[in-house]
Amino acid sequence: MRKYYLTSIIRGAIMATKRTVIVPSLPARKGRAVGEFAMKTESNGAGAPKEKGRWDSGVSLYADMGYWDADYEPKATDVLCAFRITPQPGVDPIEAAAAVAGESSTATWTVVWTDRLTDHTRYQAKAYRCDQVPGNPEQYIALIAYDIDLFEEGSIANLTSSIIGNVFGFKALKALRLEDMRIPVAYVKTFQGPPHGIVMEREYLNKFGRPLLGATTKPKLGLSAKNYGRVVYEALRGGLDFTKDDENINSQPFMRWRDRYLFCMEAVNRAEAATGEVKGHYLNVTGATMEDMYERAEFAKELGSVIIMEDLTVGFTAMASMSKWARKNGMILHLHRAGHGTYTRQKSHGVSFRVIAKWCRLLGVDHIHAGTVVGKLEGDPNTTAGFYDILRKDFVPANPLHGVYFDQDWCALGAVMPVASGGIHAGQMHQLLHYLGEDVVLQFGGGTIGHPDGIASGATANRVALEAMILARNEGRDYMNEGTQILEDAAKGCKPLARALDIWKGITFDYASTDMPDVAVTPNY
Amino acid sequence: MRITQGTFSYLPDLTDEQISKQVQYSLDNNWPISIEFTDDPHPRNSYWEMYGLPMFDIKDAAGIMSEVRKAIAEHPDEYVKVNAYDATRGRQTTALSFIVNRPKHEPGFRLERQTGEDRQIKYTLHSYATEKPHGERYSG
Repeated sequence: MRKYYLTSIIRGAIMATKRTVIVPSLPARKGRAVGEFAMKTESNGAGAPKEKGRWDSGVSLYADMGYWDADYEPKATDVLCAFRITPQPGVDPIEAAAAVAGESSTATWTVVWTDRLTDHTRYQAKAYRCDQVPGNPEQYIALIAYDIDLFEEGSIANLTSSIIGNVFGFKALKALRLEDMRIPVAYVKTFQGPPHGIVMEREYLNKFGRPLLGATTKPKLGLSAKNYGRVVYEALRGGLDFTKDDENINSQPFMRWRDRYLFCMEAVNRAEAATGEVKGHYLNVTGATMEDMYERAEFAKELGSVIIMEDLTVGFTAMASMSKWARKNGMILHLHRAGHGTYTRQKSHGVSFRVIAKWCRLLGVDHIHAGTVVGKLEGDPNTTAGFYDILRKDFVPANPLHGVYFDQDWCALGAVMPVASGGIHAGQMHQLLHYLGEDVVLQFGGGTIGHPDGIASGATANRVALEAMILARNEGRDYMNEGTQILEDAAKGCKPLARALDIWKGITFDYASTDMPDVAVTPNY
Repeated sequence: MRITQGTFSYLPDLTDEQISKQVQYSLDNNWPISIEFTDDPHPRNSYWEMYGLPMFDIKDAAGIMSEVRKAIAEHPDEYVKVNAYDATRGRQTTALSFIVNRPKHEPGFRLERQTGEDRQIKYTLHSYATEKPHGERYSG
């Protein structure tokens, strides 16, 4: 009787014509660590079962072709990935992990003899661990190692085409999520990283010892260029360091980019004269083509802007090009992560933001939106802490509590300033400082522009609240618990802050998070 | 106008006790303190005059504070700021910087515009104080 194991629904057509049975165990493979189920089919053909050789034509288990190796010791130069795998019912998780390794590296669905023309064992990705997720028997975390030869130097496009290129649509998996990626130092050093980084940005702006403050111009759409510049001027002279175009402000019929740039720079310069501080407005250079983006960036430079921005929607290659341009032209580069929620938010499928954060640090942006914890957008405190560490630290140790699977050594690559934006206000200043720390841009859009006494008052309220909280923290006060009192005391000398605290008192966005680590500290430990 | 450079310019001027607590916080972080002063507060003036070298070896806030008071006494009508420096790898930059003394009158800045073609304007910040030579600014 001829026997073979169906490993994927690629073979669905065959399955339909044959009797399928679920068997609890395959012949044991070394290192198997998890529940074992494989789908086996039996045909009515005659003859004794014959062990299939590695190079015999036809379909073999990915695991048997070398894409699973429980004894594999990852090399210091390997790219390591942690995938959350949800196999289809009946699919062996180890085989599923091997299939992910195979389909994201050299394999195709059937044996090909041309593999033998290559040093195929080097180019094969190797799944080397596969563990059931605690509390979620459907899901497994598979660790997969990729040889550095598989990737083009300095190309996030190539890295992502390899690792998330095809495999996320693989039929044998119900869902697949790239949770984390260890970038080896050898590969890190092929990237430029942020055009300036946190240290250079602070020295350039002459602002130290506190988070930076920003606001996105509202309403997002419809303002004429002159009205738009008014919002910028009021917010900056009132005390913010930055204002910002929204992600969808590019060059629409109601306001073309060139007009916006001109009025915004008048506003920035007026505010600098009024305060004696360096100010900036993120001019969004996102456009339909790279040529448009360069044209806009060049004009921003001519006007003397210190900062421009782009949207994640432009793609990794466009972002890498703008990064090179920004370093060459001394321009701080802000990134709005527009669209990321479509693939980062659900825990079972997609790519975690911690991986997007790593790619963006490598290809190089100076700012990136990374969550607020307390605001209106998704953000579990522990998961967000992991994102912030990845962006800011030089060495990020693995930390399951923060969802960080691997040690990551950035080897002096510049740090990215995280940006917290979306539904935050002055009354949360102690929480923001506690969760997000000092190297962060806090962006209060509605929380500045919605102030009842005007935009400048809103800006002043935020700045006073921030400076009062930093002062109290440095004085050794328990600012997290005394936060409300610290703000109320500061408001006694600052009417705009008193009004802000009054109007947004008790505004919170308290919803269950969709993206939390699998591990939590429990009181028992 | 009130120049709002530095970490705490939006708060009322810090008292001696408040300054001392910020100094103590810096020393607790192993950040040496330095003092700088200027009569040219342009936001792009990166190099205020150094009031001596950074005080790498003074480990108590009281010792630093006596230097701060001396600096203010010698430059009563200029800007004086206190900086804390973080020398750890990956930082190697200022960690905290705040103004501890200001001139009695801060005249601020004039914005000069040079209009060009295509509606472009070149901007220059002009500090009123620097109309007088160094040493005579802010006096009287």
